Amino acid sequence: MIDLIATKHTYLVVVALLAIGAYVMIESDNFVKKIIGLNLFQTGIFVFFISAAFLTDGASPVVQSGGGGGPFVSPLPHVLILTAIVVGVSLTAVALGLVVRIYESYGTINEDTLEEVLAND
Amino acid sequence: MTDAFVPLLVAVPLLGAVLAVAAGLVSERGPPAITAAVLVVQTALAGWLGSQALLHGELSNGVGGFVAPYGIELVVDGLSAVVVALVAVVSLAVLGYAVRDDPGGTAFYTEYLLLVTGLSGMSVTGDVFNLYVFLEISGLATYALVASAGTGRSAVSALKYLLFGTVAASLYLLGVGYALVATGTLNMADLAVELANVGYDSPLVLASFGFVVVGLATKTALFPLHTWQPDAYNDSPDSVSALISALVSTVAAYALLRIVYTVYTPAFFDAVSVARDAIVVFACLSIVVGSVLAVAQSEVKRMLAYSSVSQYGLVVVGLAIGTRAALFGAIVHLVGHAIMKGGLFVAAGTIDDLTGATTVEEYAGLADRFPVLGGASAALMLAMVGVPPAVGFAGKWYIALGAVRAGTWPVAIVIFASTLLTLAYFAILVERMFVAPASASVRAATDGGAESERLGGPAAPPRSLLALVVGAAVVAVVLGFAVTGLETALEPTLDTLLSP
Repeated sequence: MIDLIATKHTYLVVVALLAIGAYVMIESDNFVKKIIGLNLFQTGIFVFFISAAFLTDGASPVVQSGGGGGPFVSPLPHVLILTAIVVGVSLTAVALGLVVRIYESYGTINEDTLEEVLAND
Repeated sequence: MTDAFVPLLVAVPLLGAVLAVAAGLVSERGPPAITAAVLVVQTALAGWLGSQALLHGELSNGVGGFVAPYGIELVVDGLSAVVVALVAVVSLAVLGYAVRDDPGGTAFYTEYLLLVTGLSGMSVTGDVFNLYVFLEISGLATYALVASAGTGRSAVSALKYLLFGTVAASLYLLGVGYALVATGTLNMADLAVELANVGYDSPLVLASFGFVVVGLATKTALFPLHTWQPDAYNDSPDSVSALISALVSTVAAYALLRIVYTVYTPAFFDAVSVARDAIVVFACLSIVVGSVLAVAQSEVKRMLAYSSVSQYGLVVVGLAIGTRAALFGAIVHLVGHAIMKGGLFVAAGTIDDLTGATTVEEYAGLADRFPVLGGASAALMLAMVGVPPAVGFAGKWYIALGAVRAGTWPVAIVIFASTLLTLAYFAILVERMFVAPASASVRAATDGGAESERLGGPAAPPRSLLALVVGAAVVAVVLGFAVTGLETALEPTLDTLLSP
């Protein structure tokens, strides 16, 4: 157990972020908080990729003209996550745009209140 | 040589989306014209590359000169040729409806082309992470299109869809992460080899399979992951309902098929039979529950949406059983469902515009007043039930045949029962339309007093929309006859997919 915490603590962060994100998304009835939960959930996945790419004493993968200089860190997961972060930002923007529209239409960003308003429609 | 043109399938609609914005600055009529032109080019390109792939075997291109498996590879094989052509043709046809419906000017057409970009990309990519990016592009475009109805309700549905869709895509990404950790590669063909080397019983491989399947099943809207779908279909503008019901879940189901067969390969199913059994059980549940929920709906668009849950269940059963006939049936049903459901949503939207009728009760007596529209809709519904010779019959027949050959009798029984269940909800609608006396809204639309009789008779559905619905019905029947030809054309592709 101690060993796990000492060597794999970033994976525990992943589990915590995924769980908290999912919980906030399901439990909160505030749309903005749901979106924050979604962001936490995605961040958990980002940390997972970055942790998986970690290599003790790994050098950045810039090969000198003479060759050698390893072991190198694989740059692939970092590049993937850079892309995924951009996707996440766009999704957050669209989601917040929709929340603004909902607020303009119904004057609330609370899911329960909204359901009452919709039921009375 | 033709391989070099494959990236154009993604680049053309993407460039078109930018051009549509530019044209929107100049003139209001610019974006629809650009969109139409781009989709014509896209259809021609998809037709040409698709026929090349079917005739001469698979086309592939390492984008930007980076060689696979290090770079991103785009691949057109027989299966992706069919799907990418379907995307191009259906989006071009539905555009004919969208320009009449026109919910939102420049932004609408840009989103429309971005959706085509994402879906075409998902169809041709040979890289699992690239698939994630295209999944999110098509997702983002769909959320915006659903909300383009401009109502508060559509924004709520779009947000709900966004939350579900993003979690689904994130789970898929997590699955890709596990596969990457296990193998160090993202290229689909390379993953197939490397995953086998790692061993199919490795926890990493099993976890990646689970996450990927749950993610894509949510996008496909299988029960119990379908809850976003009826609201999204119901609250979006009518033309958008037609487009996304025909294409978005279809391409997600295609992606599931592609991942299961090209990345994990049938050997994975043989090694881990519990994975196959789990998917079969889920899909069967989806078939039954989707149909039962459809019968319970009073609104037509919602009924059609729940019907999709059940029909995608059929497709996924076909791909999970994995005999040759079942797999081919799944592909046929995927294409057939897209055409039939798209046509039905166009019909439902047209009827709503003409008469304001949206519920099953209000459809009463419709066929009397609009015989062509009513007849074509009924033909599409019966095709969906699986009346021969329509394509709905061919798809179900092959899937059932595959289930029987695989010896999974309970599945075969569910498939036959699903035909009765599909009949249950469409029969109510057909009965209302053809037998019941006209409802108040239909009467109001058709005989608005002696005044309107003199002024040119009852309101008639626009010719272009009639042509779309009748065209969909004709294609549904003709495809039923063309199935044997398609089977011959897809022979090499099926061989590759099924080779362990």
